[in-house]
Amino acid sequence: METLEQIRARLLLAYPAAQITFVTNPGPAAEHSLLIEATHAVEIARWLRDDTALRLDYCSNATGVDWPDKTITDVTTTTEPDPAGGPAKTVETKTARLQPGYLEAIYHLYSIALKQGPVVIRLRTANRTDAVTLPSLTPIWRSCDFQEREIFDLYGIIFTGHPDLRRLLMWDEFKDHPMRKDYVEPDDYEWEPTAHGAVLERAKPHQSAAAAPAPKTGGTP
Amino acid sequence: MSDPVASPTPFPAAGNISDAEREDLRRHGILMTSLEELHNWGRSNSIWPLQFGLACCAIEMIAAATARFDIARFGAEIFRPSPRQADLMIVSGTVTKKMAPQVIRLWNQMPEPKYCIAMGACAISGGPFKQGYNVLKGIDRFIPVDIYIPGCPPRPEALLNGLIQLQKQIKAEQLTGPNAARFTRPEEPSEFPIPAYGAHDLVPTKNDAVWAPPTPEAKA
Amino acid sequence: MNPFTPSAPAPFASAPGPTVRAVHDEFHGDLLEVSMGPQHPSTHGVFRMVATLDGEQLVKLKPVFGYLHRNHEKIAENTTYLGSMPYTDRLDYLCSMSTNWAYALAVEKLAGQAVPERAQYLRIIMAELTRLVNHSCLVGFLFNDLGTSFTPLLYAFREREKIIDLFEALSGSRMMCNYQRFGGCRVDPTPEWLAAAQQLVDNFPRFLDEYERMLTGNEIMLARTQGVGRLDATHAINAGITGPVLRASGVDYDLRKVDAYGFYAQFDFRVPLGAHGDTYDRYMMRILEMRESVKILQQAFKRLPAGPIMDPKAKLRGFRPKAGEAYGRLEGPKGELGFFLISDGSPNPYRYRVRPPSLINLTLLEEMCLGHTIADAVVILGSIDIVLGEVDR
Repeated sequence: METLEQIRARLLLAYPAAQITFVTNPGPAAEHSLLIEATHAVEIARWLRDDTALRLDYCSNATGVDWPDKTITDVTTTTEPDPAGGPAKTVETKTARLQPGYLEAIYHLYSIALKQGPVVIRLRTANRTDAVTLPSLTPIWRSCDFQEREIFDLYGIIFTGHPDLRRLLMWDEFKDHPMRKDYVEPDDYEWEPTAHGAVLERAKPHQSAAAAPAPKTGGTP
Repeated sequence: MSDPVASPTPFPAAGNISDAEREDLRRHGILMTSLEELHNWGRSNSIWPLQFGLACCAIEMIAAATARFDIARFGAEIFRPSPRQADLMIVSGTVTKKMAPQVIRLWNQMPEPKYCIAMGACAISGGPFKQGYNVLKGIDRFIPVDIYIPGCPPRPEALLNGLIQLQKQIKAEQLTGPNAARFTRPEEPSEFPIPAYGAHDLVPTKNDAVWAPPTPEAKA
Repeated sequence: MNPFTPSAPAPFASAPGPTVRAVHDEFHGDLLEVSMGPQHPSTHGVFRMVATLDGEQLVKLKPVFGYLHRNHEKIAENTTYLGSMPYTDRLDYLCSMSTNWAYALAVEKLAGQAVPERAQYLRIIMAELTRLVNHSCLVGFLFNDLGTSFTPLLYAFREREKIIDLFEALSGSRMMCNYQRFGGCRVDPTPEWLAAAQQLVDNFPRFLDEYERMLTGNEIMLARTQGVGRLDATHAINAGITGPVLRASGVDYDLRKVDAYGFYAQFDFRVPLGAHGDTYDRYMMRILEMRESVKILQQAFKRLPAGPIMDPKAKLRGFRPKAGEAYGRLEGPKGELGFFLISDGSPNPYRYRVRPPSLINLTLLEEMCLGHTIADAVVILGSIDIVLGEVDR
């Protein structure tokens, strides 16, 4: 199969206006990916599916990822010559910058016809609060149907063009998007009988608050 | 049939005859019993469970019904798909918050006398999935549970043991008098309120009339 | 607080909707909308279908998920890599061994971890034994849906118990084996275990013959399955359907051959393919795959090498893969089971995602069922082979 750089080059030939970024995967798996701008995503996805050399007819996996706002500290080292004529001093200046958060949808594409793959493409939203819309790839690969509904449910990405965008796992009245990193889960750890550290911590405030009332019926296994 | 009574049970004897006298009569071919005892004997040996599996434990529940473990030996092999025909609800698996209203509805639809077994760690307390946002931390927060079977999942033998414990409980139940069983008392609830799906959680998160967190033991 | 007395106020609102209601449709006239599940004897757990019926024929069918959504992914992101291994047992609780392997495969890919030869063979043995458990039970459940009321399932569970006993002897638990580790396996089987397993595998074709004699040619079964729930190859590929369901439609795509993960490249086996993509083909696919699995197992027992079962460089404590991401997948008994992991260098995965074959194989359930009767929908669902722990996670 072609390398991802070659695919990117061919894509840029076909869609000169599109912005396609090569995202390196630093891990040992080295499955690099292409970050595709949302406006051209559907056309590019169709091209990937129908191109005779690729024929990525099978979208195996669609994943949502939450990347919250992150403060990145850049350390720049500069050498300043000492005015007194001594050895040059190295000065480290730290600048903190805020990297705005975004939500991401990652698609793993394979070709069943040519038995090759994967090609990983990613789409990113502009931010995590209001501009959380991405084009749906369900019209291209039907297998994204439930997976995009799940991403909508758990991450809150709104997929435009999805035929039936409803919550998949949680009930319809549910308001939160629980897989986001800043989700606060309901606190119902009133009672924790096992010595499970993480859960015991959460049960503590309840236990100190309600020390007095005895159970009315049942409850003690 | 000369052996003594197999189980030194707390069964109420018929009238004022002691167990030894009853046994003596039985050796002479006279069987003395009370209606209550006969009734409980019949009920405890023909428990019809609700055919209703939630998660992993359901597979072990099915295994308990197959030839190797053979729940039919205890008269509980008739799994009924309809709650209207069932005596026993085996909550076999994780009860999620999305599923909890349905479980309580099923319980409400079962006719009295009815019993509930919480099978497995999840049904008891949320088990390994306790930290999940959609996991109900024990079915006993909404409905009363008679027997708890720990394990993840409990082996079929454990389920059978739980069933035997339930049979013992049924056999000890009194139908009249001040200590009469729960289902004979009209003031005891038979149906329980069903929580609604809320914006962040079930509303309410527990039924305070059924369950309250036990007081933590004071550390010495 | 007795709800029977009319004076007692309802303490909190109840939310049940109607399970059966009449709906009107411009084309079909008066229809009936029936909610099947989440408690229904035929839906394999807590799956729910909202079926719209014209007489007995299905006009619309909408699956409803989430009744077993146990937040596996969220819990896994808050625990260590190894800490999620027992949770993967509970994903597909009929096939814990192969789910373990899929997760170990993804983590090994993420961390660049090698696996010794003996462990690879043991993994194949466990995965194929799991396939035997899964397929034989599935066939039993499928016949339950056809109306045999438990009988074939008794035979399937008889065989399952034998294999489960082996798993228990090895791992300590009947169903939740928690057997694979990153870089190998947890326990080395004794020669007695291997001999018992070999004997079981040698006897397995006899069970399959017995099973087939009872089921395959059955007239009612043929009438109820042939031509029911057809799925054509193009749609199946586009909908991401994998595993025996895809191969029943005639698509030659088995990850054991395509990816040749583990040591599958060294094994001689065939990939059975269907021609019609109907329920009957999906049933036959399971039977034929079991026969192929027996072949793989016999080769594995013959060639099982000696050696360590864990890579000496593998780290169990303080396991922190380098930042990066990896998607590992294998041919589970139900289809392509994948794990997608993003590491940020910490002991917990930053993103942990399960690609559930059971869920994605249901994508075309409505299309497969439309025009059939509701009783056929139950059979079609049974032939897809779902496990709710994996569908909802």
